[in-house]
Amino acid sequence: MATKASRSAARLMMAPAVILLLGWMLVPLIMTLWFSFRKYLPLRGGDLGWTGFDNYVRFVSSSAFWPSVQTTLIIVGGVLLITVCFGVLLALLLDQPMWGQGVVRILVIAPFFVMPTVSALVWKNMFMDPTNGLFAHLFKFFGATPISWMSEASLPSIILIVSWQWLPFATLILLTAIQSLDSEQLEAAEMDGAPVLKRFWFIILPHLSRAMTVVILIQTIFLLSIFAEIFVTTGGAFGTRTLSYLIFQRVLESQNVGLGSAGGVYAIILANIVAIFLMRIVGKNLDA
Amino acid sequence: MGRITLDKVTKSFGDVEVIPPLDLTIEDGEFTVFVGPSGCGKSTLLRLIAGLEDTTSGHICIDGNDATNVPPAKRGLAMVFQSYALYPHMSVRKNIAFPLRMAKLPQAEIDKRVEAAASVLNLTDYLDRKPGQLSGGQRQRVAIGRAIVREPAAFLFDEPLSNLDAALRVGMRLEISELHKRLETTMIYVTHDQVEAMTMADKIVVLRAGHIEQVGSPLELYKEPRNLFVAGFIGSPRMNLIEGPEAQKYGCHTLGIRPEHIEVSADKGPWSGVVGVSEHLGSDTFFHIQNTGLAETITVRADGEVGFRHGDRVHLTPREDVMHRFGADGLRMA
Amino acid sequence: MARAVTPKRKAINTALAWAVGLLIFFPILWTILTSFKTEAQAINDPPIFLFFDWTLENYAVVQERSNYMRFLWNSVIIAVGSTIIGIIIAVPAAWSMAFVPSRRTKDILLWMLSTKMLPAVGVLYPIYLLFIELGLLDSRAGLVIVLMLINLPIIVWMLYTYFKEIPGEILEAARMDGASLKEEILYVLTPMAIPGIASTVLLNIILAWNEAFWTLNLTAAQAAPLTAFIASYSSPEGLFYAKLSAASTMAIAPILILGWFSQKQLVRGLTFGAVK
Repeated sequence: MATKASRSAARLMMAPAVILLLGWMLVPLIMTLWFSFRKYLPLRGGDLGWTGFDNYVRFVSSSAFWPSVQTTLIIVGGVLLITVCFGVLLALLLDQPMWGQGVVRILVIAPFFVMPTVSALVWKNMFMDPTNGLFAHLFKFFGATPISWMSEASLPSIILIVSWQWLPFATLILLTAIQSLDSEQLEAAEMDGAPVLKRFWFIILPHLSRAMTVVILIQTIFLLSIFAEIFVTTGGAFGTRTLSYLIFQRVLESQNVGLGSAGGVYAIILANIVAIFLMRIVGKNLDA
Repeated sequence: MGRITLDKVTKSFGDVEVIPPLDLTIEDGEFTVFVGPSGCGKSTLLRLIAGLEDTTSGHICIDGNDATNVPPAKRGLAMVFQSYALYPHMSVRKNIAFPLRMAKLPQAEIDKRVEAAASVLNLTDYLDRKPGQLSGGQRQRVAIGRAIVREPAAFLFDEPLSNLDAALRVGMRLEISELHKRLETTMIYVTHDQVEAMTMADKIVVLRAGHIEQVGSPLELYKEPRNLFVAGFIGSPRMNLIEGPEAQKYGCHTLGIRPEHIEVSADKGPWSGVVGVSEHLGSDTFFHIQNTGLAETITVRADGEVGFRHGDRVHLTPREDVMHRFGADGLRMA
Repeated sequence: MARAVTPKRKAINTALAWAVGLLIFFPILWTILTSFKTEAQAINDPPIFLFFDWTLENYAVVQERSNYMRFLWNSVIIAVGSTIIGIIIAVPAAWSMAFVPSRRTKDILLWMLSTKMLPAVGVLYPIYLLFIELGLLDSRAGLVIVLMLINLPIIVWMLYTYFKEIPGEILEAARMDGASLKEEILYVLTPMAIPGIASTVLLNIILAWNEAFWTLNLTAAQAAPLTAFIASYSSPEGLFYAKLSAASTMAIAPILILGWFSQKQLVRGLTFGAVK
């Protein structure tokens, strides 16, 4: 179904969305690129001219850079590991026949709908507070000394909070994937005498590999730019400054726009590397 | 009125030419069937007439007016789709009324026409149901109802019966034929089923790879197929095609003889062979004769009473007056 | 997968699943419970679960002190406004891509997806600057625009996958029946796609409601939605657990309810059709 008339109508109707997104992508991108090559300090003299690759070099060579990369990798890696592993287990569990499946599903999914600032604050204060938090009560009950989570175990705390938020996402997608598995395949394997573990390893896991890849890629993109969870808990202190938080601080807190923009360009490149892999998978699915 | 002329119409998708230059005239009131194997371009041709696809070149005229660049909504044609394409969110009444609503007819007129169409098609009791609650045959009727209320210049049918089961198909075939007799409106009907073509058409257009192989009435096509393709396509079971010395005896490259034009007997006839599979239909029996030395098998239609068995040796007598002779180029010889 | 299992096995599954489900849900449950306690009961050791003096006082205090309704209203306008504008822009685009596909359709879809992956922090300053220039800083209109743009790729994608399931023949039938393009989209496509459009709307309201980068960085007092309202509790008010809980409950309750309705569509919307 395509006539010249409908094709030109289609182009016309696609135009608003395409033009808006093109502007949304290009204008800030070009501005960021522009700033990244300039010495730009809005509160201390404003735009002080070209500096070549100075900002790029300074951003990488600053003492905060490598720790922030390390922090980013630990948080992203930790959250991915927890959400994918527990996600698979939970999905397997939820796929089993049980009473009240619908309600359990809702309970498990709920954290995804909690806004990041709320979950960060609730965890920080009501659970991880060293004197009044629930964890502190629990530790005291067992005779242990409560720890000050946000300062002594800041990274694990943030990983825990973020994992709690993203576990429902991983579970839901993996559950959808498991449910699309042809049960005859499993029955055939059962007939062939494959024990439960072997069935999981050789049939379920390979079937899930695609969904797992998608979960990993999408979460990576979102996790690389987590912000609110750090903003309202530690504010970047206690070794929780991720790459994007570092850029945020450079731009808004220390008002060094040139330096921050150079960092932004690094972040964009990093995100695009992940994005390319995700788009390959999505693109392949489009053809099918 | 609905006289449709195609003048050197072509259609290409990218570099692939699916319809080479094609001329065709469909007279007003005629029931024309486009028939051919799948992929022959018959549906594309219908969609070109409908305006759902652009012609690459050439002209389409409807009642003498050039409609080549007229959008489908303005051509005054109605179409019945293979999947019925009913609007699932509208009741039967609203489905049938939709084209009238689009034409901005007054509500009273719409109601009148919908009621009339519904009574013609036995849909009056179902007017307030949704298409999802109807059977396949009823959906088909709704689709037809939606087409007839507009009083179009011509109806286009795109394989409308292929989603129905065999029994319903025969019934709907008759209903559509009756509808045509009553309305006397031009109808163009696309099918791959040559039985539908033979039983319904005033005029059959046999298509292959976008080419028109032959245009004619069902009997013309049956009696005088212009080439081997039409000979093989029209008629069921297929015409027997014999090559080699036997064909040369009759002065042709390929000799065609329909199964119903061969007599089978136990002891006399110029050809002989062994009975392979036989299909008993009750009224008729089809024997597939092997080892004749003429072709791999020769199909013969005999009376239902004739009782040869697998492995019997039989003799065949072709009726020479209805033989078809084809030259090396595949064309019918005079 | 319908498999027959013994009642014992089913009982074990049920117990295990409920235990895990309640554990995961516990922080939310605890927050809701705490919101009805007094501040003293909220930090009591040992913690009190149900047998406390239920009170609505915290809700009253939160509303009175911080004018909760204004933040709520901002959240509603920003989430609903950005979604509706997004839908209006996306429906024609998705129609084009689903029903008049060209060789470039796939590239355009993937490119739209790629704009979603631009790290926000990388373009924070330019947007900040543009907002100052255009007078959009701390305005609801500005946030509606930004959230509409960041969610537009998801909206287009979701609608596209829904539209793809509608047989093109039905739209062709409408065209043959004399419908113009506008009538075809309005009377035939849109009513048929209502379930898909509804889920798209739902999911995008949720995403916009919870968005916490742009809403925190581009607002101050006027346009601040609930994300910013809660962030203001980070200290020292956050130590008033009962009030923090009441504020949190009010911030998440509307969206929890919406979310439960849209759980099925979540997968589709967030994986861009890569998992079905």
